[in-house]
Amino acid sequence: MVQGFLKGKSSFGLSILALMVLLFPWVISNPYYLNVVNIIGLNTLVVVGLNLLIGYAGQISLGHAAFYGLGAYLSGILTVSYGVSPWLAMILALAVTGLLALIIGIPTLKLHGHYLVMATLGFNIIINIVIIQWDKVTGGPSGFPGIPNLKIGSLVFDSDWKMYYLIWFFTFIGIVLALNLVHSRVGRGLRALHGSEVAACALGVKTEVYKVKVFVLSALYASLAGSLYAHYLTFISPKTFDIFFSVELVTMVIVGGMGSIWGTLFGTFFITPLPNILHFFDEYKDIFYGLILVLILIFLPEGVVVALRNRYLSRRQGISQTSFHGES
Amino acid sequence: MPTGDQLAQYIFSGLTTGSIYALIALGFCIIHNATGIVNFTQVDFITLGGMMMYTFLLAMGLPLPLAFLLGVLAVTVVGGLVERLAIRPAKSRSIIVLIFITIGVSILMRGIFKIIWGKNQMALPPFSGDTPLMILRAAVLPQSLWIFCITVVVVIILHLFFNHSLIGKAMRATSFNPRAAALMGVNVNRMILLSFALSGALGAIAGIIIVPITTLSYDIGVMLGLKGFAAAILGGYGNSIGAIIGGLLLGVLESLGAGTISSSYKDVLAFVILLLVLFIKPSGLLGHGEKERV
Repeated sequence: MVQGFLKGKSSFGLSILALMVLLFPWVISNPYYLNVVNIIGLNTLVVVGLNLLIGYAGQISLGHAAFYGLGAYLSGILTVSYGVSPWLAMILALAVTGLLALIIGIPTLKLHGHYLVMATLGFNIIINIVIIQWDKVTGGPSGFPGIPNLKIGSLVFDSDWKMYYLIWFFTFIGIVLALNLVHSRVGRGLRALHGSEVAACALGVKTEVYKVKVFVLSALYASLAGSLYAHYLTFISPKTFDIFFSVELVTMVIVGGMGSIWGTLFGTFFITPLPNILHFFDEYKDIFYGLILVLILIFLPEGVVVALRNRYLSRRQGISQTSFHGES
Repeated sequence: MPTGDQLAQYIFSGLTTGSIYALIALGFCIIHNATGIVNFTQVDFITLGGMMMYTFLLAMGLPLPLAFLLGVLAVTVVGGLVERLAIRPAKSRSIIVLIFITIGVSILMRGIFKIIWGKNQMALPPFSGDTPLMILRAAVLPQSLWIFCITVVVVIILHLFFNHSLIGKAMRATSFNPRAAALMGVNVNRMILLSFALSGALGAIAGIIIVPITTLSYDIGVMLGLKGFAAAILGGYGNSIGAIIGGLLLGVLESLGAGTISSSYKDVLAFVILLLVLFIKPSGLLGHGEKERV
């Protein structure tokens, strides 16, 4: 019964989301806002994948900006330097990033806790420095220009609103896939893994295999978003893919709520434009950004959406749900 | 192949930066042992140490030893404040939430540094001139000797503190088992506060002694801090001897790699070494690994 309820709720939520996505450009036509919403869409794609890893498999990665960057740079280099068509480049980028995630993931996911945080962080730093230093191939610190737009037949995705539909199409598919995964046997296995790895293992969940699979899946989400980013902006630079972006991605997961796919949307919609909004405060923007982050984490640690949902549920059922998420 | 002289040179400069990594790694360990978290504000304690030194020494013109002490003291207080204002009020004890609180505070602190000291690069003079001394046919900056000696003194003081003072023993008891320590009358909250203050002091010392051979800017601590974290992980997270060995090893290997392979990939080397060690020994060189509890 619970299963059916969740599925019903998901499809309701998805319809609302689809409707909002379709209508948005008719309501807001300012290209600047469209651009921000496009970036939010790309971030959502990365963060949905990352949330599967953090929220469901319980593994923290501070290296996902590297996969995002790999997708972007592979797409850029393959199309510009090797004349590969953009769609094929995107698929090749997915294959290479996925393979790399598999190679990195197998030894890395044997690590626990802070060792895993450091390993993924180290991986991100390595990829970032290689992008900066290997300037013959990557363009170095000044970036990589001239990446072609995506096209289907004669339709070229060369404007903000054309890319808007393409990006949100992929993001929507990404969300649907993630929700399906979460509500499947694999999803239950993952949640068991989050609860207790040993218990999950004892119940026959192949924890090692699951962790690596989700890691690779989340890297694929990031790579896809990176390729779209490269073909959208046609210019990429290493700064976009540094460890600070990895930190920001995990922040979006936490603020939205770990393990809440819908929370992810809130997290990305809230955090992505924050630097732009805070730009108004000029040189004080870092202070406000840090302060907002700290205050949310101190007072709403389970994520804003999850906190609100728990409050709503507990009021409806007359029992406190917070104890499930509290200190136990 | 590098000659013997070059090799000595690389090892000396590696030991210098390695000492800094060791100090920073010790700061990470102390807070990890008290709370189980990674405290990313450690990164900014380093910067703040350098900045305070700049203010006391150059802007206010205080004598060097006094500026040094005041700088360390100021960051010690800031370390305590971070615990008091951001960690203790947190409603969640979840490790990842606490870690990200420290990341938030770190962003906030760098924002404040930018306002107070600006974005420009600054420089501090070395403690005692910059005429290189010849040791074992390697040219060594006097500042490197200062760094090395101060690190040794700090490590000895820490050792005495943790093994022979009542507070130090109470801190260790808390790190072994906070509940049992509390039952024995140890004020656990105060121990956590102290560990933040202590790692503030360590970060400040690292920052103050390294800045004369690097430059000073609002984000100087980031790469140094991450290398310190890497050193702590390399040695086995939470193990203080491991932190020292990890720091020195990382410094020397990085310096040898930069000298013999490629200096532009110096930072890559440090992290490749780290990843390789972790893949072979997932709990670091001296770590016992994190035990899984059912």
